[in-house]
Amino acid sequence: MKFVTAIIKPFKLDEVREALAAVGVQGITVTEVKGFGRQKGHTELYRGAEYVVDFLPKVKIEAAIKSELLDQTIEAIEKAASTGKIGDGKIFVFDIEQVIRIRTGETGTDAL
Amino acid sequence: METAIPIALVANKGDTAWMMVSTVLVILMTIPGLALFYGGLVRAKNMLSVLMQVFTIFSLICVLWAVYGYSVAFTAGSPFFGSLDKLFLGGITVDSVAATFSKGVVIPELVFVVFQATFAAITTALIVGAFAERIKFSAVLLFSVIWFTLSYLPMAHMVWYWDGPDVVTDAASATKMLAAAGFLYAKGALDFAGGTVVHINAAVAGLIGAFLVGKRVGLGREQMTPHSLTLTMVGASLLWVGWFGFNAGSNLEATGTAALAMANTLFATAAAAVSWMMAEWLLKGKPSMLGAASGAVSGLVAITPACGFVGPMGAIIIGLLAGAICLWGVNGLKRMLGADDALDVFGVHGVGGILGSVLTGVFASPALGGTGVYDYVANKVGEYDMGAQIVSQLWGVGTVIVWSGVVSFVAFKLVDVLIGLRVAEDEEREGLDITAHGESAYHY
Repeated sequence: MKFVTAIIKPFKLDEVREALAAVGVQGITVTEVKGFGRQKGHTELYRGAEYVVDFLPKVKIEAAIKSELLDQTIEAIEKAASTGKIGDGKIFVFDIEQVIRIRTGETGTDAL
Repeated sequence: METAIPIALVANKGDTAWMMVSTVLVILMTIPGLALFYGGLVRAKNMLSVLMQVFTIFSLICVLWAVYGYSVAFTAGSPFFGSLDKLFLGGITVDSVAATFSKGVVIPELVFVVFQATFAAITTALIVGAFAERIKFSAVLLFSVIWFTLSYLPMAHMVWYWDGPDVVTDAASATKMLAAAGFLYAKGALDFAGGTVVHINAAVAGLIGAFLVGKRVGLGREQMTPHSLTLTMVGASLLWVGWFGFNAGSNLEATGTAALAMANTLFATAAAAVSWMMAEWLLKGKPSMLGAASGAVSGLVAITPACGFVGPMGAIIIGLLAGAICLWGVNGLKRMLGADDALDVFGVHGVGGILGSVLTGVFASPALGGTGVYDYVANKVGEYDMGAQIVSQLWGVGTVIVWSGVVSFVAFKLVDVLIGLRVAEDEEREGLDITAHGESAYHY
């Protein structure tokens, strides 16, 4: 079992969700986050005052999946979240030690 | 010996209804208009502190107005202060009437009392934008009481107090009327709705406050971006709508001049919003929502003294100039002054107020589409002398800058000695909503 975390541009969320559903990912968790990478920030101007905004808003998607789904999942996110411009985000993959469904107590891949 | 038989003047129902509506519109300007306009510009942690300051000042000044404010501003006295004859609104009944600008036309005095109360309240509330995000709540209130008493009331008396048109019948009675009128009224300074009394008066107090309260902690190093320009736009729009009561209501009668003031309030404001936005687009690269909203407010400010005296084309020129020059007010001038006028009270209300007051002297000219100045002796519009009128306007501007400057300086120093002006640094960092008021604006 794998745990996939992707940081993407906020306006790409719907496309990524659809692409993940299409490859059979059963559920995802979404968080609004802020951060910086190579894109760095941007400047905002309010009347006379200029501010450098270091942390840009991004969306973090998390999904727990079966290992055999990993390649398709990565491909789906890559394709859906890409604009070709700087700041498209990153995907991180981790191994999962255990999964438990709280309602039934099922464990492992049955709980995914 | 012949005795004049006093004729009881009866208020016109249309005028009375219009003044009641105008009064409510001016209330809308302050709560929630001004409160939201300012509130959106501060950081989320200080939102309620700004709303509270505006709401509380509005309430406090209304009470003081009834207790002694109306009497000091609008009864006969010296050229600078009225008397205490109408302390606690004494002697004012449902039958009392107040003069307008037409002979033989009156409105109920109580309507005039409440209409003017809303002016005193918004003027005092305007000041808080300059020292937002770091001042002590108790210091705001104490300063407001002192400043209202020693700067707002005398300025209102100086500019607006006179015995009314009915006392003027010939040259001698006109001279007598001027001798009894306020200092700047007698100087001939035109201020239809409060360019000097309201805007420059409050802006100078704000600027002095920004200097004496000091800069916000972290200014220039930390993010101090507005937390909700959406609310700022809502506030600016409510200001615009309410301002029709402020300007057209200042005519005190529902006449053609009220319609002129209304038209000018629309056109000048629209021109200023476009002008600020275009100037910003050209000079800074992007047309911003905050720029358009600020431009509209600068136009409202600049047309305030002029609105019943200039023609619609004069109003548009005043608006176009106000938008571009007030943009400089919040940029170049702000850097030159070096004070942390947090919400640009001086850059918008001071610069716009001075510009509008001076340009009133230009565009009031009948040759430039203005109304000229009515001569109550000849009962027609008099000869217009632009040079002399601009000098009168400068008397108004100079007097209010000096008067409000001195009163504000002394008042802030006094408040500082008595209770202190600023909150502690850790309270400022945590935000005034929690530390001063024990609540939060938003729960997410």
